[in-house]
Amino acid sequence: MSTEGGLLLAAAVLLPFTGMLFGMLAGGRQAQRIAFIVMPLGLVVAVGIAGTWLDGSGPVVYLLGGWAPPLGIALRADGPAVAMLLAVAGVVTGIGVFALADFGTPKGSAESRAAYSYWLLLLAVWGSLNLVFVSGDLFTLYVALELLTFAAVPLVCLGGSGATLRAALRYLLFALAGSLLYLLGAVLVFGAYGTLDIAQLAQRVQPEAASWTMLALMTAGLLAKTALFPLHIWLPPAHAGAPAAASALLSGLVIKGSWFLVVRLWFDAMPSVVTMPAAQLLGALGAGAIIFGNAVALRQARLKLLVAYSTVAQIGYLFLMFPLAFDAAAGRIAGGLALSGGIMQAISHATAKSAMFMAAGSIYSALGHDRVADFAGLARALPLTVFAFGLGGISLVGLPPAGGFLAKWWLLSAAVTSGQWWWALVLLAGGLLTAAYVFVVITRALRAPVAPLLVAPVARYRELATLGLALASVLLGLLALFDLRGLLVGRPSVGA
Amino acid sequence: MTVETLIALAACALVGIGLYGLIVQPHPLRKVVAFNVMGSGVFVIFGALARRGAAAGMLADPVPQALLITAIVVAFAATAMTVALLLRLIESTGSASLAAEPPSADGEAR
Repeated sequence: MSTEGGLLLAAAVLLPFTGMLFGMLAGGRQAQRIAFIVMPLGLVVAVGIAGTWLDGSGPVVYLLGGWAPPLGIALRADGPAVAMLLAVAGVVTGIGVFALADFGTPKGSAESRAAYSYWLLLLAVWGSLNLVFVSGDLFTLYVALELLTFAAVPLVCLGGSGATLRAALRYLLFALAGSLLYLLGAVLVFGAYGTLDIAQLAQRVQPEAASWTMLALMTAGLLAKTALFPLHIWLPPAHAGAPAAASALLSGLVIKGSWFLVVRLWFDAMPSVVTMPAAQLLGALGAGAIIFGNAVALRQARLKLLVAYSTVAQIGYLFLMFPLAFDAAAGRIAGGLALSGGIMQAISHATAKSAMFMAAGSIYSALGHDRVADFAGLARALPLTVFAFGLGGISLVGLPPAGGFLAKWWLLSAAVTSGQWWWALVLLAGGLLTAAYVFVVITRALRAPVAPLLVAPVARYRELATLGLALASVLLGLLALFDLRGLLVGRPSVGA
Repeated sequence: MTVETLIALAACALVGIGLYGLIVQPHPLRKVVAFNVMGSGVFVIFGALARRGAAAGMLADPVPQALLITAIVVAFAATAMTVALLLRLIESTGSASLAAEPPSADGEAR
């Protein structure tokens, strides 16, 4: 049965896509206007879903056309989905305001193809992500993932240079291989258990060779799309080469889509299939990503590449929660503190990383380069932007009261209570390495310039949008004062 | 061995060949072809499953067929998009190579 307010879930998906289609028809300047109509409406819908979810006792459900699974398709929103819907709506709005400087078409100026594409793709990314969060069925999730890829790849090559086209093509090939592996796993699920609905699958699935194969195939495909070490090689050129407003979307939001699907599979669809060695393997890949990504980020001379490698590292934290959430006594994966930590990490990284890419974009357009070694005097020239970059860095490092602190605190507590101290070491070492490259950038920017620094002006609203997202990331940690943990942890199972 | 098992085994071979090609072949166009071979393998497995899971009195389970059509459309769109990107790449750089370019370029690490 659809629950009260279930229609809002359909609205969350339809609204951005409808906006995109109208924008495509209306063309040029109108696409931007429509995007700015959809943003506040989308925020209202996300808040509405959160309100409905808080009032109700279980997940918000909407059955499309009133047909129940397995024939019909269900949209469901549980705690993590609601949190991600809200976060994405907020971050998309922040990025949209920032993007006005690069892709805005003020009165009297000529319309450009890049701007037209950007606003449509922004809405498409938003709609696809919302579909990933609320889909309750493996095949709909496949379609949502593909939509997300098709929207994300053109964002990489909006600039149109050879290097960005190459990066986009590499990204696309990785993503396509990943989606076929995922589809193969989903097909086998249907063959073995006769349903693709996550709630029904959770009841029918058995820990046996067939289900291990399916989970392994789907997870491997999704890891290629999420760019988890060692499948990360497509990410740095793609994320660093794109325009800043597009990088913020790609690095902050798009990779969370395929990651969220791994969470759905491991925690909701097949919790009884997951084994301790499998969870440890995923955690080990995450640890590899943290150490490798941070170490390489330290060696980068250009700010955008540094931020892109920092994304490679932060993706690692998203996968540390899998071994930490494993309940050794029950022999299955269970939500709890580690899951809350993972979701909090995803949200705080989404806000912090978008802000950092936006700051890098402002710095690039002000200086005409982003060589960290030549940043002397920057903090005086662009105080707000450098401050926002620093705040984002604080959240990545995990200093209180930032969201990143709360996420790492929960993950650390989970590591201690479950006796897996080795992950605590990785968490702490990763924080130190992150601090190192953030401080390198900040100290360079605080140096007195040898010669007066010539900078092009940066629009104030652009700096404020960056600062807004960075502040959101830092203040997320204050949510610890409320009973947010209960909100995410005490989540009724999706099947309830 | 039933017909369905035979078809499914052939499909597995297609998936394997496709995945191998996708990883090993350096030229993007060959990768696109390999992607399609792998995709065909997945679709054939789905077809074999539809036949095996057929309800009483029916020739085949209709649900996989409906999903299959969607998957084929998605794979077609993906192929078209890859080829379009590849053409743009050749237009702007004169080569179809995916290898990292010389260090003077703007998009790559220095």
